[in-house]
Amino acid sequence: MISQLSWKIGGQQGEGVESTDRIFSTALNRLGYYLYGYRHFSSRIKGGHTNNKIRISTQPIRAISDDLDILVAFDQESIDLNAPELRPGGVVVADAKFKPVLPEGSDARLFAVPITAIAEELGTSLMKNMVASGASWALLGLPIEVFNQAVEEEFGRKGPAIVEKNVEAVKRGAEFVLEQAGGPLEEFALEPADGKQKMFMIGNEAIGLGTVAAGCRLMSAYPITPASEIMEYLIKKLPKLGGTVVQTEDEIAAVTMAIGANYAGVRTMTASAGPGLSLMMEAIGLAGMTEQPLVIVDTQRGGPSTGLPTKQEQSDLNAMVYGTHGEIPKVVIAPASIEDCFYDTIEAFNIAEEYQVPVIIMTDLQLSLGKQSCEKLDYDRIEIRRGKLQRELPELEPNVLFKRYELTEDGVSPRSIPGDKGGLHHVTGVEHDETGRPSENALNRKQMMDKRLGKLNNLLIPEAIRVDVPHEKPEVLIIGMGSTGGTIDEARVRLEQGGMRTGHIQVRQIHPFPTESLKPYLDAAETVIVLENNATAQLASQIKLHCGFADKIRNLLKYDGNPFLPSEVYEASKEMSKVGHI
Amino acid sequence: MATFKEFRNNVKPNWCPGCGDFSIQAAIQRAAANVGLEPEQLAVISGIGCSGRISGYINAYGLHGIHGRALPIAQGVKLANRELTVIASGGDGDGFAIGMGHTVHAIRRNVNVTYIVMDNQIYGLTKGQTSPRSAEGFKTKSTPEGSIESVLSPLEIALSAGATFIAQSFSSDLKQLTALIEAGIKHEGFSLINVFSPCVTFNKVNTYDWFKENIVNLDGEAGEGYDSSNRLAAMTKVMETNGLVTGLIYQDTKRRSYENLISGFQEQGLANQDIKLSREEFEKLAADFV
Repeated sequence: MISQLSWKIGGQQGEGVESTDRIFSTALNRLGYYLYGYRHFSSRIKGGHTNNKIRISTQPIRAISDDLDILVAFDQESIDLNAPELRPGGVVVADAKFKPVLPEGSDARLFAVPITAIAEELGTSLMKNMVASGASWALLGLPIEVFNQAVEEEFGRKGPAIVEKNVEAVKRGAEFVLEQAGGPLEEFALEPADGKQKMFMIGNEAIGLGTVAAGCRLMSAYPITPASEIMEYLIKKLPKLGGTVVQTEDEIAAVTMAIGANYAGVRTMTASAGPGLSLMMEAIGLAGMTEQPLVIVDTQRGGPSTGLPTKQEQSDLNAMVYGTHGEIPKVVIAPASIEDCFYDTIEAFNIAEEYQVPVIIMTDLQLSLGKQSCEKLDYDRIEIRRGKLQRELPELEPNVLFKRYELTEDGVSPRSIPGDKGGLHHVTGVEHDETGRPSENALNRKQMMDKRLGKLNNLLIPEAIRVDVPHEKPEVLIIGMGSTGGTIDEARVRLEQGGMRTGHIQVRQIHPFPTESLKPYLDAAETVIVLENNATAQLASQIKLHCGFADKIRNLLKYDGNPFLPSEVYEASKEMSKVGHI
Repeated sequence: MATFKEFRNNVKPNWCPGCGDFSIQAAIQRAAANVGLEPEQLAVISGIGCSGRISGYINAYGLHGIHGRALPIAQGVKLANRELTVIASGGDGDGFAIGMGHTVHAIRRNVNVTYIVMDNQIYGLTKGQTSPRSAEGFKTKSTPEGSIESVLSPLEIALSAGATFIAQSFSSDLKQLTALIEAGIKHEGFSLINVFSPCVTFNKVNTYDWFKENIVNLDGEAGEGYDSSNRLAAMTKVMETNGLVTGLIYQDTKRRSYENLISGFQEQGLANQDIKLSREEFEKLAADFV
């Protein structure tokens, strides 16, 4: 019996690849397996090769696998493109309709199943996905009742007749392939899972749920890949809680509407990707200057310009840290897991209000869209902290305004909101005095700059760096951010097995940089490898800038649009560790 | 109940003596008192430019934002707390050049915000460049040989975009202007009030006298028999007068505001509602992912 397996389905976009994956993985989740998904897709709706890969394991996993065990192919292109990934002895389940052939030299086993023919016989070729997933499920020898239950949930609202037809399609696909294979494939028999209930979601959904849990009741946003799922999740949920989502005319409207709503006292967020973030820059400065709380999610994708809109990249770091003209306080946090996406989102809203600053939640395409298992999220960890927001205020004297920008020891001023009688004040993006009135006075200017920029001096979020460093003096310390943590973990295990002392740190607070937290680990390591999905080593630059140690830092960069594979990190780390100090 | 004096503060506007914006400031203060508001119930959201400073010259909550974005900010304020009265304000450059995209979409969206444009047909704060409201041939520092672009007609655009309240006034006519702002505040939905507000420093063509000579006022004889609920008649009137018409141009009292069309949106402002999820609510949301 095996403890993990990789399964992939490929076909033309719009052909049912997504739904096949969804039902297959929902059923696996029910059985309690840990899952990690990866979507390969293009910026078009119909046509073009697309594939979804799922890694199935009895142990927690947070990375895509190097190779593939089972490939389900709706067309020859899917075989040609993905067969090289198959491990020796892998299996291809393909639609007999296109007369599938394996590439020369491949030792995979091919099962040609009349996927389209069976679906059409049952009424519609749309049921191809059911035949295909039924066939894969049968090869794994997993209980069919659980699968049928998932089918019923997917199609239940369309009525029992539709459910029945789909169940039949699953059955026919299973029967056909089992006859060809002579029963379930023993080499793919998975050990039973722990059966523990897990959640199964994409990062964007975890952010959406975190947003609702944080008490955010408004979102203003403009559609963009790979952020739109956050908006789509919230429009389903917020109206039930009295709130709403506004789809604005552009990202400038999205962010300024969010600023207006935060000013008026409602936790409001927007979400976008690089192009939208670029459009928001001036407004981010307004939020910083006027000390309004603001939460923005940047789901990074391949840049610059339109770049690779459906591919993995981590190249907006500099834009998030340095973006907007002039100098403002700003927080950038980078969730490193699906659970982080939920808890960090809540924390982002708290920090935004406590410090009255813009907070950017940095994710990347793989974290935002990769569907994966998630430990049960804990209601008791939800905390709402609104900082110095004051609702009950004494009446003001005539011609006296509330000191919304009062100079205080920690730089954070009391905050009132429109509608509240004792809190009347003015807000302007022009330099202003303690009551919010424009002022060009030099002393005031300096005091206000110092006040704003000093607010974050002591900010350190929980687990600003996530540390897995079991050795006092590791030969190699690998540092990453965002979705890369699981891949680094796997590479590290292999390196340790080869006798190397290694450590791993995932940086979760990007700005202000957690310099003092990181420094001792850099000091102790012989070689530091900073792994990131960009071409200019943006994270490594931050580390060198704040902590130094430039002589021992090596860059492991990938910017071809694909996430790192564990094997790549393993090989590169072995190579880089040999070089030693420059 | 507050009087208009309570909407005054002790800040001296940095507008030039004789600027049309002074009477717009006074009209907002009067209208706010006339509809029965207290200062804390009003939020004035303004853009950038001479006119954008207005949010600091009224004793109410005020936000002076960034150039061209007064409307999305104002809509955010209103959606966050619909118990407030929200006025957005700025110049013709703010609303019809850099912010034109927002203007059209705010009109379509129909959030209950009153938008007052101080239209002086020129860029004043940057010391005299052409605006989308400058006439063809208009000579400015940026168009030394005269503007070669056609003038933009905000009223025609507003009518096409589905506006539910369109008015135009002149800063010399404080009575009409105050009445129109009151009507705009009371209107359910978005109200656009474009106000001719002469720039005495940089615009030597569109002067007080020039407007007095050229304006067709619907509150006078010219308005006899005019039906402000007829969109086609409104468009005809605007085109006939080359846009130089004042009074209530068009009002649609049937279309509901955006807030009233959002499903589940309550009368109580969101800012005043409890935001913590109950355990039961959370578990229900989490169950989607099991």
